[in-house]
Amino acid sequence: MAVLAEAKPVAGRLDPALLLKEAGAIAGIVFALTIALVGLRTKDVPGGLDIVTRFSDVFAATIVAFCGRLGLILLREGRALPVLLVSLPFALALMALLLYVQLWAPHAGLGHYLPFDSTVVNWCLAIFALILAGRAAWSLWHAASTKSAKEREQTMDRVAVGVQKAATLLGPLLLAFAIVLPFLPFADRRILDIAILVATYIMLGWGLNIVVGLAGLLDLGYVAFYAVGAYSYALLATHFGVSFWICLPFAGIMAAFAGILLGFPVLRLRGDYLAIVTLGFGEMVRIILLNWYKFTNGPDGISGIPRPSFFGLPFTANPPEGTQSFHDFFGLEYAPIDRIIFLYYLILALGLVTNLFTLRIRKLPVGRAWEALREDETACRSLGINPRNTKLTAFAIGAMFGGFGGSFFATRQGFISPESFTFIESAIILAVVVLGGMGSQIGVVFAAILLIGLPEFFRELQQYRMLAFGAAMVTIMIWRPSGLLAHREPTIRLFPKEAARASRK
Amino acid sequence: MGYFLQQLINGATLGMIYGLIAIGYTMVYGIIGMINFAHGEIFMIGAFISIITFLTLGLVGMGWVPLALLVMLLTTMLLTSVYGWALERLAYRPLRHSPRLAALITAIGMSIFLQNYVQLVQGARVKPMQPLISGGFRLLKGGDFVVNLSYLQILIILLTVVLMIVFTLMINRTAFGRAQRACQQDLGMAALIGVDVDRTISLTFVTGATLASVAGLMFLLNYGVIDFYIGFLAGIKAFTAAVLGGIGSLPGAMLGGLLIGLIESFWSAYFTVEYKDVAAYTILVLVLIFRPTGLLGKPDIEKV
Amino acid sequence: MSAHVTDKPLLTVEHLTMRFGGLVAIDDVSFQALDREITAIIGPNGAGKTTVFNCLTGFYKPTVGRLTLHHPSKGDFLLERMEGFDIPQHARVARTFQNIRLFPAMSVLENLIVAQHNDLMRASGYTFYGLIGLKGYKRAEERAVDRARHWLDRIGLTKQADWNAGNLSYGDQRRLEIARAMCTQPVLLCLDEPAAGLNPRESADLNKLLLAIREDEGIGVLLIEHHMDVVMGISDHIVVLDYGRKISDGTPEFVRNDTAVIRAYLGEEEEEELPPEVAKDLKPN
Repeated sequence: MAVLAEAKPVAGRLDPALLLKEAGAIAGIVFALTIALVGLRTKDVPGGLDIVTRFSDVFAATIVAFCGRLGLILLREGRALPVLLVSLPFALALMALLLYVQLWAPHAGLGHYLPFDSTVVNWCLAIFALILAGRAAWSLWHAASTKSAKEREQTMDRVAVGVQKAATLLGPLLLAFAIVLPFLPFADRRILDIAILVATYIMLGWGLNIVVGLAGLLDLGYVAFYAVGAYSYALLATHFGVSFWICLPFAGIMAAFAGILLGFPVLRLRGDYLAIVTLGFGEMVRIILLNWYKFTNGPDGISGIPRPSFFGLPFTANPPEGTQSFHDFFGLEYAPIDRIIFLYYLILALGLVTNLFTLRIRKLPVGRAWEALREDETACRSLGINPRNTKLTAFAIGAMFGGFGGSFFATRQGFISPESFTFIESAIILAVVVLGGMGSQIGVVFAAILLIGLPEFFRELQQYRMLAFGAAMVTIMIWRPSGLLAHREPTIRLFPKEAARASRK
Repeated sequence: MGYFLQQLINGATLGMIYGLIAIGYTMVYGIIGMINFAHGEIFMIGAFISIITFLTLGLVGMGWVPLALLVMLLTTMLLTSVYGWALERLAYRPLRHSPRLAALITAIGMSIFLQNYVQLVQGARVKPMQPLISGGFRLLKGGDFVVNLSYLQILIILLTVVLMIVFTLMINRTAFGRAQRACQQDLGMAALIGVDVDRTISLTFVTGATLASVAGLMFLLNYGVIDFYIGFLAGIKAFTAAVLGGIGSLPGAMLGGLLIGLIESFWSAYFTVEYKDVAAYTILVLVLIFRPTGLLGKPDIEKV
Repeated sequence: MSAHVTDKPLLTVEHLTMRFGGLVAIDDVSFQALDREITAIIGPNGAGKTTVFNCLTGFYKPTVGRLTLHHPSKGDFLLERMEGFDIPQHARVARTFQNIRLFPAMSVLENLIVAQHNDLMRASGYTFYGLIGLKGYKRAEERAVDRARHWLDRIGLTKQADWNAGNLSYGDQRRLEIARAMCTQPVLLCLDEPAAGLNPRESADLNKLLLAIREDEGIGVLLIEHHMDVVMGISDHIVVLDYGRKISDGTPEFVRNDTAVIRAYLGEEEEEELPPEVAKDLKPN
């Protein structure tokens, strides 16, 4: 114990010159980073471009960087008290000002006292200051500067295990909530639309999780299979009038076929090369859709895609002569929201199928072989596992679910064009999988709610969404490369009872 | 014949730009074995800083073209290289001992971040710029077809050649070059014999970013219009160039860039413009499948 | 298992040559390995021992040579013509690696189940039966668990069955890798430096395990090893390689006294300078 106490950073001499130099260096770098891109904004004017200056943001960023760095150094050196005394009042004052300006006086002159033009950036600054204050308070309280990386990792592991355990209970609860959602009083059209969107990404995330999480193949072109599914359905339905329920499996098969077609030559490539090639494939599919005018109608897309019917009963107010619509058949009042509710249940069902399939196949030899391949391909070959075929099944099955998702997308939108299938879409699905924790089913749900649902509710965040995606992907990989809620439960146990007992403790 | 010659000139110009970006990919891959997916965004940032500098110069009334060009070149090299440095320091250094895929995901995240950062601070609209350098030589006049070699193309080719000479000297003669080559051979061993590995890797990113920023400036001058999305496609093509030339090989990157530029130019001229990007992807896939070591790369034997 | 007697050797290596560009890693090596015997391949670093293994298990395609495996019930296999992943499944050659290659994030039990992949695939009707939950697959899985359990008992890791393989100690990981190879039901087991990094007690346990595998399973064991006490203690037959060539071949007695071996290990004139532990091992008892 005595040794430990001694190892604690001693709040002794601090060289102010060194301190200023270090903080000044960071400030200088932030200044260099922002001076051109943030400080000088190009603006469209008749006849070309003009420049608008925004130097206040640059100076604010520089000062913030300087103070923030100073605070972090002081924390590292064990001088938490001054940090706390500065950062806490600053954070509280900033928040109070922000709330005041936003809620009561949007046009008052007080807004000029805010450090940045953008509200979101101001809030980020306030939260950062608050975190700094929190860390300072923590180190004052616990008399230890910061947690070591290992302790942090262990804490997160415990959290992940806890969530995973809770998932056995939470899963059914979430499911029950999802099932009754359309009938809850607050569930209006907007809420349902968002729920459908979130559910679509959850389903796609689960589909991609087979490829990325289980088999460890980084697929950056997942949207290609989504596109194949969407176009398969759209073309079949508009040209031949085939119904959604016949098209759905067909779209899945088409997408799986596309997966095999791509996977066959490229799956022997090493991980990062494979990622780039799949990205190229995704873009190729999009360019072909864009230019094969006769077949896909090019950039104009395909419109008038039939809406799904309730096993032959359409959701229309006035069904054509001789047919019955959904509300007639069930003797209900016609309500346009019925169709939305139906779509919601449709994607919910598709998602559940994906989930059950994944949970099941993980415990089958092929699922175990996927995970083994992710761990060590060479060892797999030495055990008689055919790496190419095994990867191909993962790729094809993942693609199939992408195809299902695609045909749902087509029937929901009623219109598709190559615009919907850009690399960004692949990146969003990948972000959902990565952030949730590769291989973790419940993690995907949380990540989709967080990444898709939240920005939909708070429209102001919309334009910051992709920025936050990128930042979150980087932060999570640095902080916890296996993903936030990554925890792997063995697919089979020799002593299942002991594990159950241990979890009850 | 004239048409062919014109495409050759255009393709070579384009190839210079790809080659300069490709060097960044290949250097980083050679030293830490990761695909710096965000390198294309660095190129895009270089182009943006160039246009901002140009507009600012116009604002303060500096119109003499050679001086304006020089200031643009120096500013974009300086400020973009800071982005290269910060990218490595913030996003890649903490992950140096992580699995490959983690580093790649980080790089993709960084790419998305930088793209949207520029979109946010500079707007999503395309940024046009009137041509700064016009005119050129008329090389050939046969019937109704003329072959032009514009001053701009001469400038791009000359600038690339000068940069390549400086760069080659730097790698072969300076202490940084020696350290860089040592790290490329064996990072751990280099650290053991006292090479400052962190510094060398930082400088590698800075060098790559500097070259990419020049490519960004050239792109701006050549096409006269940029947006926040140009880094994606140019990045992919430059990566293809690096793979084609043999990833890790510096002359290979330049050769690959030249080839990709020529292929793209001829493809657009003789086949279809619409599918010119498909050409690059197809080459990427074919090279990776049939000759993953590229044209000038060293073969690596699988160790079990 | 079966007391199968045949006059054909289990493994016949003829004129094996492997070149990498200009480098000749193995130069015209021929030897045989019998079932119910432990055959050791020894030699200084860089002698080409692991390359022989990589050729046998399909990781490399030999430049020249014929590698015949005589399976007691299925007949002859020409290993140099087979895909790497077909060799363990059909010819039943299993191997371990110099630097352990387990599936660290999977549990110990899962490591052993994955080793029985091909049998289980067939039992699960290539996933279809398994997906709809047919009984046949359940029973096959139970059998696979029984086999895994048998090997866990033999290597003394039953209690750790549900741990992540990556959390085992180094020595336990080595033994688990051998157990995993055994779960593929091989007729020839190739072990690449199984005693590397083990302490003397673990090393002694390993000797017992290998002897037991030879006795109980009746299979052939091919062993690369640097620890001379392991090699001399348990091998029935030793092949010595040096610079890719075979320089000696015979019983431990014979090899120990072979001047060519002594020269390769100790150099021509430096016999007096040999380290004591090597001298002890090489000297006739």
